[in-house]
Amino acid sequence: MSQLPKPDAGQLRARYPDVFDRPASARLAMPAMILGAFAIFVFGLVDLEFSPARLFSGMHQLGWITLMMIPPDPGSSLPIYLSALGETLSIALLGTTIAAVFALPVSLLAARNIIPSKLMRFPVRRFLDSIRGVDTLIWALVWINVVGLGPFAGVLAIAVSDFGAFGKLFSEAIEAADKKQVEGIRASGGSVLHEIRFGLMPQVLPVIAGQVLYFFESNTRSATIIGIVGAGGIGLQLAEQIRVLEWQKVSFLILMILVAVAAIDWISGKLRFAIIGRRAVAQF
Amino acid sequence: MATAVSILPGPQLAALNDAYRRAVARKRLRMTLAAAVFFAALVVAAIGAEVNLRTFFTYFGNFVSYFDRIFTLESGARVWTDIGEWFWGWHKWLKMLGETILISYVGTLAGAVLAFGLNFLAAENTSPAPWLRFVVRRLLEFARTVPGIVFALIFVIAFGLGPMGGVLAIAIHSTGALGKLFSEIVENADMKPVEGVRSTGASWLSCMRFAVLPQVTAGYASYALLRFEINVREASVMGFVGAGGIGQELVVAIRKFYYSDVSAILVMIIVTVFVIDIATGWLRGRLFGKDARA
Repeated sequence: MSQLPKPDAGQLRARYPDVFDRPASARLAMPAMILGAFAIFVFGLVDLEFSPARLFSGMHQLGWITLMMIPPDPGSSLPIYLSALGETLSIALLGTTIAAVFALPVSLLAARNIIPSKLMRFPVRRFLDSIRGVDTLIWALVWINVVGLGPFAGVLAIAVSDFGAFGKLFSEAIEAADKKQVEGIRASGGSVLHEIRFGLMPQVLPVIAGQVLYFFESNTRSATIIGIVGAGGIGLQLAEQIRVLEWQKVSFLILMILVAVAAIDWISGKLRFAIIGRRAVAQF
Repeated sequence: MATAVSILPGPQLAALNDAYRRAVARKRLRMTLAAAVFFAALVVAAIGAEVNLRTFFTYFGNFVSYFDRIFTLESGARVWTDIGEWFWGWHKWLKMLGETILISYVGTLAGAVLAFGLNFLAAENTSPAPWLRFVVRRLLEFARTVPGIVFALIFVIAFGLGPMGGVLAIAIHSTGALGKLFSEIVENADMKPVEGVRSTGASWLSCMRFAVLPQVTAGYASYALLRFEINVREASVMGFVGAGGIGQELVVAIRKFYYSDVSAILVMIIVTVFVIDIATGWLRGRLFGKDARA
């Protein structure tokens, strides 16, 4: 076997100057960025009153709480918890449906291929963006002021905050639709409404259905927490049990939530594949 | 130019038409059944969620007038006629907003670092042992499924009131979410470089460092920035349970009916979320080109 010739370093250096002699700015950019990110991190730790002593005593406390959680035990309130879980699922289903029904017509107004005028689309889009900028929990608080405590406020909160998200996602789905079908309908003398109904909807409905199902999944999670501010469902029970330090019930409730979310994920995954095949759904 | 359209002979056409009608009828029946099941579920849900249309219609006026009231100053004038009065507490609120952003920044970074440490163990193609992968995956799943605010509720009891609980809650939730996304990126990575590095006798750690890491860092950073956006929203409500940030001010304003304060704080939150969205979008575009912005 012959020995490979030793490469000539000088020649290589001359041939690939940007590999061997990178300018200082390029070499320093990455470390500088990491250093900057780390500096903000440390500033944050100090500003947010982190201290090793607090962290340590908190960890101690947390370990103790975890021990208290075992074994999970609902006590005598299992029926209450089950009906609260049902309430949570109802909130998610109703909220998602209402949001989808109202978002569909509005999303048409925000889609470029339906409303070509930017002047008309802009306010609709900003309106949807503002709704999305406000968290579901905030909407829940607002609705509680309007319709009172209870699951109904939760339904409306989820409906409103999803309305913003759906409006955006639907209009993107509509913009991504093929316009040949629409042109075909127009060529055969259809009106604008015909174009939407027969040219556009068959293309976008499966996509929309997939997104709605995906949101139903994620809303099951949101619906578990809006109870914390008093908008019904299992979150109400959870927050109450945490406040009175009934840790065994807390861990049981958390387990219930995990199982319910996993079940919903599984079901809606099956449904999604049945509707749109193995096409990926845009994740939000 | 005239083209003749050939029409099939009668009997053949009738058979085809028949088959078509049967197929359509079957599809319609299936659709109707699915719709019926769906509506039944909706009705059951409506009963379960105590939906009361009468309350809704009686109080819907309240919803509209609520927005009317939050945009009215105590003097009765519209808020935008006197910006100074509307944002009277801007100094305090800006400070709380800064705290909110800081909470989400520290939480996201800590979560991203933890997720970074765990994701190679969770990915199918790089995990050193199946049992380890199973354990890490279940841990990540747990951290991701339990809502951040539930963690915050528990942490506030363990660590005391204040932003610390919020940061830790966001960090844990982000670890779960990012850990999954990161490990998916790793699973999509090209394994040939790993084989190359392994063939030189490198350890598992060196394989990760020199073969996998260069392929995945861009994706990691992109997801971490997205998570930061989401976490800013999340941190804005952490104050509801006493875990720091602007949420504390907001919940007080809403519960005590300080109407114009509610709108002022909401406007500040929305503007902040916009600015952060645009800034991270720009940053992602700068760092990873246009396609990373989706």
